[in-house]
Amino acid sequence: MFLLFTGDPASRTTEVVDNVMIYIVAISVLLLIGVTVTMVYFVFKYHRNKGHKPVDIHGNVWLEILWIGIPTILVMTMFYYGYMGFRVIRDIPDNVFEVNATARMWNWQFNYDNGKITDTLYIPLDPPTLLHLSSVDVNHSFYVPAFRVKEDVIAGRENYLILQPAKTGDYDVACAEYCGLNHSMMYTKVKVLTPEKFNLWYSDTSSVSAAKATKAGL
Amino acid sequence: MANGVIAENNRSFFEESTNRHSGILSWLLTTDHKRIGILYLIAISAFFIVGATFGILMRLELIAPGETLMGPQTYNSFFTLHGVIMIFLFIVPGLPAIFGNFFLPLQIGARDVAFPRLNLLSWYIYILGAILVVTSLLLPGGPVDTGWTFYIPYSVRTGTNVSLAIFAAFVLGFSSILTGLNFVTTVHRMRAPGMDFFRMPLFVWSMYSTAWIQIIATPVIGITILLVMMERLFGIGIFDPSLGGDPILYQHLFWIYSHPAVYIMILPAMGIVSEIIPTFARRTIFGYKAIAFSSLAIAFVGYLVWAHHMFTSGISDTARWIFSFLTFIVALPSGVKVFNWVATMYKGSIDPKPPFLWVMSFIVLFSIGGLTGLVVGSLATDIHLHDTYFVVAHFHYVMFGGTGTIFFAGLYYWYPKMFGKMYNIKVANISVGLFFVAFNLLYFPKFILGYQGMPRRYYDYLPEFTQLHLISTIGSWIMGITLILIFANLIYSLLKGAKAPQNPWGGVTLEWHISSPPPLENFHEIPYVDHEPYDFSLLEKMKNESH
Repeated sequence: MFLLFTGDPASRTTEVVDNVMIYIVAISVLLLIGVTVTMVYFVFKYHRNKGHKPVDIHGNVWLEILWIGIPTILVMTMFYYGYMGFRVIRDIPDNVFEVNATARMWNWQFNYDNGKITDTLYIPLDPPTLLHLSSVDVNHSFYVPAFRVKEDVIAGRENYLILQPAKTGDYDVACAEYCGLNHSMMYTKVKVLTPEKFNLWYSDTSSVSAAKATKAGL
Repeated sequence: MANGVIAENNRSFFEESTNRHSGILSWLLTTDHKRIGILYLIAISAFFIVGATFGILMRLELIAPGETLMGPQTYNSFFTLHGVIMIFLFIVPGLPAIFGNFFLPLQIGARDVAFPRLNLLSWYIYILGAILVVTSLLLPGGPVDTGWTFYIPYSVRTGTNVSLAIFAAFVLGFSSILTGLNFVTTVHRMRAPGMDFFRMPLFVWSMYSTAWIQIIATPVIGITILLVMMERLFGIGIFDPSLGGDPILYQHLFWIYSHPAVYIMILPAMGIVSEIIPTFARRTIFGYKAIAFSSLAIAFVGYLVWAHHMFTSGISDTARWIFSFLTFIVALPSGVKVFNWVATMYKGSIDPKPPFLWVMSFIVLFSIGGLTGLVVGSLATDIHLHDTYFVVAHFHYVMFGGTGTIFFAGLYYWYPKMFGKMYNIKVANISVGLFFVAFNLLYFPKFILGYQGMPRRYYDYLPEFTQLHLISTIGSWIMGITLILIFANLIYSLLKGAKAPQNPWGGVTLEWHISSPPPLENFHEIPYVDHEPYDFSLLEKMKNESH
């Protein structure tokens, strides 16, 4: 149930993040079980009812070194895997499709280079998409749970996020930074299309010309 | 040291006051650290119950998707108030103000803190801050709806009473700073003869580390709050991007205080754990110096990790990996403490009375909280889990499972000393068990929700999250019942409980050498300390002290 780690990952980053997660959680579960079992065992073994005479042990330098040293190595490996995964999430590939995403209370707007404007994000399966994130009011955060990525959308600056889908389909986009009344309803979707279908969609600029015509008509 | 530490006239601090008044005035004008500790206990417990009520009502709203109980504006105010009350009125002041006040002077063999009047003033400042928080709920404009973090620009734009609420936090900060100053001075100047730093009980060490964070970190939030108020009132353009300000600067300044504040919350709890385990294992603490220095290490490294709250905010990738690295470093001293605590149980003579059971529950819950901290300290996983329910679960395991559990542990450990009454042990044991079950039902589903992509501070949610939310809400009901049981047991025993002996658990730190409740000015003759804090060979001699 927990680990939605089944099936094909929706994106390259999904796989990377899930692997780091499995690594850290596996070590953590072992440590937790180790500490808990030892504690419960001691409580039974050295229960006062058994009449042991307590022994004052003031400490042990080797043990201290051991339980500082081993955790240090463990957390450094966690840091390293986390960092390597982070590079996959953040490094901008050479060839990207670029979209400007604008957040406002409480919806998203996506502007494409050819003038198309949508409230649902359409992206090709390949190449990866580079989102330029900006906000016109307060802070928001562009979050695609299925891809395991998010980046805050901060008023007054431009952040970026890379989407590297591995499968076509529709995925939820949530706002993850509290932005007021309808924060929880600021959902949209990212629609990942095959490159062919995407090009078909992208080259249909009738809505753009319609918008321009309306503007000209004014 | 047994000579002369016994109360001569058997009158406790409840019967004798520091001033000529009687009744309620003798309490409101008291400079006795023990009475001030109890004043804090009453006020802080009251706000804990208020904060918990907000939490239970939020959980009720979240029992199913859509509106159940309240609209989104009310819900947004509820989670803000839950946060503000629990952080600023319960968990930051909680353990230092209650147990620090009451037991720090007792444990170092002092008659009071260094500045008793300042101590009373700190309580009044706390009450003033609390009144301001309550006022901000009632005034037109409506209760603040920004979340307890008051992130800009939203906090500049909302029409709710943000200025008053953050001013309350500003005022409360002074209470914290003054208490910190008082404790640092007390530890340096008021220790009984013979008590060098390495003969201090570990609770004193943890209070000492905490006090330094209170003094050094709290002014940062004070200044930040003033800047936000100026921004709201005069539009000076420091943080607000529409005026050329930088909202990220606000986040930096906020977390430069608020991350060390997390250690203000947890360090005293760790100190209390280090008291309870030796007493109930009846042997000396394992790794005294490792535990003492790890408190200082946490206090120091704790200053350098604040930006891990901002991994997705758009700060540079370099800043992100540096802060991730430091975050993993700060995990180590906490690990050292846990290992030493468990080692202290080795070859002890363990009597698992309620305070010890609370501590066992703490070690499991706090370990889960700490280990999931590694998950959100790691960059790749945090990018996914930041601002989701995973983080909500993580900090409730650390703060409530950690500090909250130890609030009860401390209360059940020292209650007989503070009030001279004993509670019902059987009911107390049941409370701990129920608490552990309720806690995990309430918060563990949130880890899963977070990984599934449920963002935090959400009034409504997608249908696929319903089941886990339902489990969590059921947990909140059991938790509510447990909290009633916990407090009812204490209140009942206050009125009808059996008289507690001087040393019900067989503790050896100085507070167990005086009567329960302690006399005014604690010690008729200041003890000379010629032994380590957890030397249980003293128990034989101490039998003659009680009466």
